[in-house]
Amino acid sequence: MNTMTRRVMLGGVGLVALAVAGAAHAQSVNLTYLVPSDAAGMAVAEELVKSFEAAHPDINIDIETRPGGSEGDNLVKTRLATGSMADVFRYNSGSLFQAINPQQFLVDLTNEPWQADVQSSFKQVVTAPDGTIRGAPVGTAMGGGIYYNRAIYEELGLSVPTTWAEFMANNEKIRDAGKVAVIQTYGETWTSQLFVLADFYNVTAKDPNFASRYTANEAKFATDPAALRGFEKLQETYEAGLFNEDFGAARYADGLRMIVNGEGAHYPMLTFATTAIMATFPDQIENIGFFAQPGDEAELNGLTVWMPDGVYIPQTTSNLEAAKKFVAFIASVEGCEALARAGDTSGPYLINGCELPPDVPSVVSDMLPYFAEGGRNGPALEFLSPIKGPALEQITVEVGSGIRTAADGAALYDEDVRKQAQQLGLPGW
Amino acid sequence: MTVSTMASAEGAVAAPARLRRRSFYPGWFFLPAAVIYGVLFLAPTFASLYFSLTRWTLFNSTFIGFENFVQFFREPFLVQGLVNTVIYAVVTSGLKVVIGLLLGVLLTSQIQARGYLRSVVFFPVLVSTVGVGITFTVLMHPTQGMINEGLALIGIKGPGWLTDPRLALLSVALVDVWKGVGLATVIYIAGIVAIPKDYYEAARIDGATRLQNFFYVTLPLCRPATVTVITLSFIGGLRTFDLIWAMTRGGPGFASDTVASVIYKQYQAGFYGLSTAGNVVLFALIAVLVVPLTMLLNRREGHE
Repeated sequence: MNTMTRRVMLGGVGLVALAVAGAAHAQSVNLTYLVPSDAAGMAVAEELVKSFEAAHPDINIDIETRPGGSEGDNLVKTRLATGSMADVFRYNSGSLFQAINPQQFLVDLTNEPWQADVQSSFKQVVTAPDGTIRGAPVGTAMGGGIYYNRAIYEELGLSVPTTWAEFMANNEKIRDAGKVAVIQTYGETWTSQLFVLADFYNVTAKDPNFASRYTANEAKFATDPAALRGFEKLQETYEAGLFNEDFGAARYADGLRMIVNGEGAHYPMLTFATTAIMATFPDQIENIGFFAQPGDEAELNGLTVWMPDGVYIPQTTSNLEAAKKFVAFIASVEGCEALARAGDTSGPYLINGCELPPDVPSVVSDMLPYFAEGGRNGPALEFLSPIKGPALEQITVEVGSGIRTAADGAALYDEDVRKQAQQLGLPGW
Repeated sequence: MTVSTMASAEGAVAAPARLRRRSFYPGWFFLPAAVIYGVLFLAPTFASLYFSLTRWTLFNSTFIGFENFVQFFREPFLVQGLVNTVIYAVVTSGLKVVIGLLLGVLLTSQIQARGYLRSVVFFPVLVSTVGVGITFTVLMHPTQGMINEGLALIGIKGPGWLTDPRLALLSVALVDVWKGVGLATVIYIAGIVAIPKDYYEAARIDGATRLQNFFYVTLPLCRPATVTVITLSFIGGLRTFDLIWAMTRGGPGFASDTVASVIYKQYQAGFYGLSTAGNVVLFALIAVLVVPLTMLLNRREGHE
């Protein structure tokens, strides 16, 4: 009864708001678009709305904002549950998307014509448990891999590695030349996870069903040889003595400075760092390049990808046709062009036919072949499975500091994963 | 105390049962305190006992019996956390006793600028713990920290104070001692000043050396101060969290995790039931260690 009253009240408020907005703009359809309130996201939203309204003068869109982080998660869940969600909203893909119960709350977009141009790697991360696609991409993909310093590569005559053995050979040459081969920054523990997380493409290349078996409590990091490699790679680089001397205390910002200034040759990181580097060292952005974390075989070399947010339509919308038009626009080439105008160019778009501006820094263009026709990329594990153990970053610090072996670390992480799966109430745990 | 003396005094005259029911204050007078106590202390205590038996997501909870406690004791880092907690408490309270006593003796002797030196030793107690933690994290940086740069000047290659898993916990404990020893010193100064001068005069007549003065007069006679310092710093050490979180976050890896930081990490990760169970365990642990300790120390004090 309580919920009913609240729904009625919220509905009433919504109607009043709609009426007021309608009177103000005197246009046939009004939509609301809910986005996170950070500056970059707002710029993107405003540019998208402006371009869309220019093409569809009969539709008017009001932007609503919400906080990010877990506060935003709660707000989105509450608005969906009370039937008061905006007509279109932007939210994470992957495990957070699964947590908002898409099957119950979101409109099925599987049969929209624009889906033909959405890359399948994104479709996977907005697919509800019943196999229907419920979202469209907004923003650019990020890669998890290794930044390298071009000057050091030129000086030592190195080439970009496509296998782990080549990578280690490069590392040894760099170390023997008296330089730091691999930058690690355990002063901020989350940065220690990259060797494990960014190895996931190599896991799927050998074991395509790992993610579903992992979610079903059938595959383990400690016992799956392909999955264990990520931990082993971290151990190998530590044991080869490749790290900067202060790896235990250095921080993320130190890592960015070191890779840009050539104080180190490699820094495993997510490519969102490109935006930070462009802001902090705009003149030195050309000093660095990027490659995927190499696997054991050159022909299976590919990039582990972190997907952008999606845009979704709640089933409670009263303007389904207009909302679908807006989503179709976001998922079109015109939509990407609007994103680029708003400065969202740190990686490739997930719509076929979308191009980045020609003048992107080479650290961005290095990423593009992995996304081109015949290129190899696949989502990170957190986009394929709802389970990520919270203690991974401490465990990878241990493996990367020589406190624990790779095998022990992986077994410990499996315990952590079991705990998380039980907390999520997944079947089979 | 007043209640017990009242009761025994009146008990000699009339039936104690009837009198004990009568109070100085009307019943409603207790109501505000009782409500505050019930809502803010009793209810959360019992709620936490219940939630420690559930898998709790803040929205709903599933009763799972003692599984959280089983899980908590299966945490691979928990055993190390328990050991670390005890090491930390013993090291910090031990050093605070020794250093606090020595500083107390020094600062009660006839030295120049005694008042100034006394306040200098107390200053770190007044500074925010997190501020101290961040400052020492910078000082203890393995390559750019002032401590290791200073050591390098005299040709010593300093260790990674906070990055070497064997040293991290002890480094934090040393900072804790630096920060907390001022309080111990002040307690010892009070204790030493309170020792009657007669004892020292008698000792001098007997021909005691300075060292004998210290071991046979000062040390035994400031036992009450020692009891206070040990109790305060041992409990403080057992539940320590802020300094460790500011300096190492339990790292590297789990090397400097204590029970409190393990519990906090479970909470951060959204394991609300599990972290509640951890708090129940911490409560029991402190009770089990501290109740016998205070009983032991207080009994000996009574014999003096």
